[in-house]
Amino acid sequence: MAGVTTEKRSRARPLSPHLQIYRPMINMVMSILHRISGAALYFGSLLLAVWLLAAATGPDQFKFVNWLFSTWPGIIVLVGYSWALILHMLGGLRHFIWDTGRGFDIGTVDLLGWATAVLSVLLTAALWIYIASQQGWFAAWA
Amino acid sequence: MGMTTPLKRARGLGSAHEGADHFIKQRVTGAIIVVLSAFAIGMIVHLAGADLATVKSTFANPLVAAALIALILATAVHMRLGMQVIIEDYVHGEFSKMLLLLANTVFSGAIALVSVFAVLKLSFEG
Repeated sequence: MAGVTTEKRSRARPLSPHLQIYRPMINMVMSILHRISGAALYFGSLLLAVWLLAAATGPDQFKFVNWLFSTWPGIIVLVGYSWALILHMLGGLRHFIWDTGRGFDIGTVDLLGWATAVLSVLLTAALWIYIASQQGWFAAWA
Repeated sequence: MGMTTPLKRARGLGSAHEGADHFIKQRVTGAIIVVLSAFAIGMIVHLAGADLATVKSTFANPLVAAALIALILATAVHMRLGMQVIIEDYVHGEFSKMLLLLANTVFSGAIALVSVFAVLKLSFEG
């Protein structure tokens, strides 16, 4: 490969087809979302670390972080974080099924992809409905 | 050459000079995280908005603290390996790749260290 970079290129070389060439399909979309959600969770780990750090630092710091997480931007970030976590977890479970050598026919691949997408939204919604009822948000609106 | 089999000669000669170690670690930590995060999500939802005394008394239970620390450590390994793959896929300059891989290790390690220390401190104070 070293020779390729030093050679003078007389004309543009053909490129291999990339993402924009292909019609999006569910397994491709879920694969991309698995990586994006993984990267989001990587930085999202700061949320738990900051919460723990604030609690270990003192009552004022803990109160401040709890307030931060209860603001609208805070809640939106936490909803996004929990969705990424659930999506990435379901995607991982799907990979565990594939690791056994099963579920590689197109029908099952499509089914698993859609199941991951739909279940991730339903589970995130269920989680936040539970949190809302536990925090008394419904009572506040009524 | 000699008595070595073709498989023996090929082992460790992949681009990463290692075998399935990465693949297996990612799955083992993934399975641990599935179990422990189900517990952690339940616990955190119940502690959301709680005062510091409640958090400390919850963490004072050794099993709770141990489960959280196990989750933090498994997560640190898992996220480091995952981000390593992303960096290796998209960053091709040798220097910038090494720099990002180093930053990846530092970030994952720092998250784990800070989180584990905080859990221990809260647990001992509870």
